[in-house]
Amino acid sequence: MRRRNFGVALLAAAIVIPGAATQAAERYGIGRAATPAEIAGWDIDIGRDGANLPPGSGSVARGRIVFGEQCASCHGDSGQGGVGDRLVGGQGTLASPKPIRTIGSYWPYASTLFDYVRRAMPQNAPQSLSNEDVYAVSAYLLSLNGIVPDNAVLDARSLGAIKMPNRDGFVADPRPDVHNH
Amino acid sequence: MSERTRGKRVREASRRHFLQTSAALASGSALAGLAGTNALAEPNNNLPPNVPEWMKAPGDPMGSQPYGAPSVHERGVVKNISKTLQQYISASGRTPLQELDGIITPNGLFYERHHGGVPTIDPAEHRLMLHGMVDRPLLFTMEDIRRFPSQSRIHFIECSGNPVYTKPYGKTASDLVGLVSCAEWTGVPLKTVLDEAGLRAGAKWIVAEGADAAALTRSIPIEKCLDDAMLVYSQNGERLRPQQGYPLRLLLPGFEGNMNVKWLRRLKVVAEPAYSREETSKYTDPLPDGTAREFSFYMEAKSIITRPSGGQRLTTKGFCEISGLAWSGHGTIKRVEVSVDGGNSWRDAELQEPVLTRALTRFRYPWHWDGTQAVIQSRAIDETGYVQPTLAELVAVRGLNSFYHNNAIWPWRIDASGEVSNAQA
Repeated sequence: MRRRNFGVALLAAAIVIPGAATQAAERYGIGRAATPAEIAGWDIDIGRDGANLPPGSGSVARGRIVFGEQCASCHGDSGQGGVGDRLVGGQGTLASPKPIRTIGSYWPYASTLFDYVRRAMPQNAPQSLSNEDVYAVSAYLLSLNGIVPDNAVLDARSLGAIKMPNRDGFVADPRPDVHNH
Repeated sequence: MSERTRGKRVREASRRHFLQTSAALASGSALAGLAGTNALAEPNNNLPPNVPEWMKAPGDPMGSQPYGAPSVHERGVVKNISKTLQQYISASGRTPLQELDGIITPNGLFYERHHGGVPTIDPAEHRLMLHGMVDRPLLFTMEDIRRFPSQSRIHFIECSGNPVYTKPYGKTASDLVGLVSCAEWTGVPLKTVLDEAGLRAGAKWIVAEGADAAALTRSIPIEKCLDDAMLVYSQNGERLRPQQGYPLRLLLPGFEGNMNVKWLRRLKVVAEPAYSREETSKYTDPLPDGTAREFSFYMEAKSIITRPSGGQRLTTKGFCEISGLAWSGHGTIKRVEVSVDGGNSWRDAELQEPVLTRALTRFRYPWHWDGTQAVIQSRAIDETGYVQPTLAELVAVRGLNSFYHNNAIWPWRIDASGEVSNAQA
């Protein structure tokens, strides 16, 4: 009997709790607050306008050294490609029968270069480069593509301000695009 | 017989059986598909009127396989992984579609695509961070995620490049469209978790990030996040495989595979997309005029005949069931049509119930092969009325270099000897 009463009490509680949750905007009270320090440690997303780029800077000259040490074994000494993607050249080929898609010919935003190199490169040790070296490698690759001069030094402001050649080369998805019936 | 003697006899019988099956596999493994079964049984000592070897001694004891594996006779049914890739860290492996029945892909054969290898993640040290334009930035443990009300749903996931538009075209169904698989997924609707944090006004996208060496990031429109998106931790009843995002992945039914971010560790609610490398440099669809489509999320309706299909051989004239798979990122498959005369005429195939939204659908068509050359193919029609196009129709609009979202009809040629090959190769 006692046990049965307990069961009824549980049932009543089960009915009441969702009602309370609804009043509190359907919340279950699961999880804990993420602290600003935790978020800062994980959120390394860079906006296309350069938002969230860190302090520091890097030169083309320094980038040439870092690239030789960290990148050339996969991407080739001058970014011509190998096991890794080709990174240089191809401007003017996108509308040809053999388009060559590289940072210089295809990527719409320079800041994406910083974001991607920092989070994913080099492939064998991602997130190992200093922010200065990521700026430097970005500067070097942009110079190989003729987008910044050989003596460029890039920082948050100057990297975010670069307009890439294929900036306006993307269109919205129109599918269904085959009208066969 | 003493226990010891019996144990020895059983071990010897098992060993004999193993050696026989190994030899049979070595001689018969090339005969994938329709002609394979009888070839394995030589030298026929186990056929009537003889009593088969495997009835004359006990089989393997309980516990010999704490986690069961397929029969030794099915050892050739494995993921289709090219031996000539430039590298295997950012790479893909295909489901052997032509070897499978039904609509559920076994977990060990689910296709794989990863961009920085497969991480080994300790679930006790894995966290999901939800932040950005929310009232309450939150951090969840896996235990927290599993406390939310759960759902199970059956959906396919398909890689956007399945296959590309250019030659060489694949020989088998797996070569062509093996970057699609289907499972029952269990997890929590993403909306439930977003409600926990409270979306702020102006929230339009969510950037999802994986805890792999690529820290892969994709931007998901908020409408999808509030519709049928899920955070999933289980696949076909067991926890996700590492290759599928253990311990947590995003599931976006109908969206291209890479957006279903694996090893999910972070969701950032934002006003505009991240324009990450994986949604600008990759996974955009180049067009002949030099422009490229961006944010091309949906996988359109597609189908493929898996039996008989490329690499298989018909051994007998007469009844031959045609069977295959159809699917659409835009909902349910309404109809599948089959042609056995090179596309001159089309008949409705039978759809196997249940026909589920954004899931693989099995179709069947009864056919009699008369022993002459034939070209067979299927085309899917989904609930929107969309009809799967031919390769020529797609290329006419997109050119040959569009790379992604090729959902063309793929015909198979059957020659007079019964060999099945890619009719477009």
